[in-house]
Amino acid sequence: MAVDDVTKITETIAWTDITEGCKIEAAGNSRLFNTGEWRVDTPLFKEEKCTQCLLCVTVCPDSSIPVNNYKRSDFDYEHCKGCGICARACRLGAILMKKGGK
Amino acid sequence: MSIRERLSGNEAVAIAIRQINPDVMPAFPITPSTEIAQYVSTYIANGQVDTEFIPVESEHSAMSAAIGAEAAGARTLTATSACGLALMWEVLYVAASNRLPITMAVVNRALSSPININCDHSDSMGARDTGWIQIYSENNQEAYDNFVQAYRIAEHPSVRLPIMICQDGFYTSHAVENMELLEDREVKAFVGEYSPESYLLNSRQPLSVGAYGLPAYYMETKRSQLEALKNAKRVTLEVAEEFAELSGRNYGLFESYRLEDADYAMVIIGSTAGTAKDAVDQLRAEGKKAGLLKIRLFRPFPGEEIAHALKNARVIACMDRTESFNGQCGPLGAEVKSALFNARLMPEVINYVYGIGGRDVAVENINSIYEDLIRIDQTKDAGERYRYLSVRE
Repeated sequence: MAVDDVTKITETIAWTDITEGCKIEAAGNSRLFNTGEWRVDTPLFKEEKCTQCLLCVTVCPDSSIPVNNYKRSDFDYEHCKGCGICARACRLGAILMKKGGK
Repeated sequence: MSIRERLSGNEAVAIAIRQINPDVMPAFPITPSTEIAQYVSTYIANGQVDTEFIPVESEHSAMSAAIGAEAAGARTLTATSACGLALMWEVLYVAASNRLPITMAVVNRALSSPININCDHSDSMGARDTGWIQIYSENNQEAYDNFVQAYRIAEHPSVRLPIMICQDGFYTSHAVENMELLEDREVKAFVGEYSPESYLLNSRQPLSVGAYGLPAYYMETKRSQLEALKNAKRVTLEVAEEFAELSGRNYGLFESYRLEDADYAMVIIGSTAGTAKDAVDQLRAEGKKAGLLKIRLFRPFPGEEIAHALKNARVIACMDRTESFNGQCGPLGAEVKSALFNARLMPEVINYVYGIGGRDVAVENINSIYEDLIRIDQTKDAGERYRYLSVRE
């Protein structure tokens, strides 16, 4: 069975209905999976210090810094794991790391 | 029209590959891999095929690249032996679980240590539970014929699983035999073009392969995969029937040789079946009711059919060309005994480890096994049920 929407594969699906090899005929499914709860530390965005250079966006391994019209906004805490790479990349102190995932 | 040739088993399989003309062949022929990859690379260099050869940096990478290519939508194959297959182990599961019908030529050779490059089945038997279909060949002709049938089984929509076509190191890989080849156009027509329903390079339909399966999904995925493997049994027979029409050569799930009325049966895999058939003929000439069952399809294991074929045997020898280190049986012994138990059949079953590391097996050695079986039947004393054949004591 082919499925083009991952939300159709639910925790009650029978083995006869699950897709072949769990394949999904769609891309970008990880957006629907909230992995932000795994976060160890939490980045805080200090917008007043940000020059929108977007260096942080390019280094984020989990695409957790949303960008619209060439401007970043606050972190996507549904997916950010708190690795802190963005805070290291920011030369302007616009990203501070807070201990803990909350 | 068939073409009469005399070829090594390696050449025979390489010719099947040339005739099929697959899209991609990643390979890293680590010692003791065979000349199969070299022959194919020669065909590519000569422009006889347009297969993309990917020289990778390890056998793990060879299988990983095969997985990528097959997921992308390419008909893919590779060839390996012994430690090369062992190094692929992790990714063999990935190929099967992602339902990628890769074909692999496995020339069965021993695993170290001590260092040994000769024939035994410890490499592919170690991979028997990875989810791959496994077919074993007795001689060069069967290795060729099985390879020609491989993609038809693996790519069938109700199966879509990778397949190993196994042949015995040296005996049916390097040794030269007379055989019959099909014409190129016959093989191409039989195998057909590969047109997967979904694949990664299809820009019109994005696809995600290799999903994360939490506990709520993993079991259902595996159960579904098992069904596909079980389907391979039916498809193997259907493909064999079509192949028989084309070639005149008949294949089943296994071969029964003088088995119907046999009191003493041997179950065996690979090239030694040929030696054992000679022994059976000798014993039959002496009035001893010996018979043989040669495994062709080992995964999925056709347990019901094998139990049925063995239902008249009083004493059975299961021949394992590998050591399982469990102290009671080899992989074939375990499968056969399990199948007999499920069929509520209780013949005496003696499991022999034979020919490991390339130890030669002669007709006399096989005769000695049938003599054991006859003695056990007469004395009703099985003695040790897990034995080594022709080990020095």
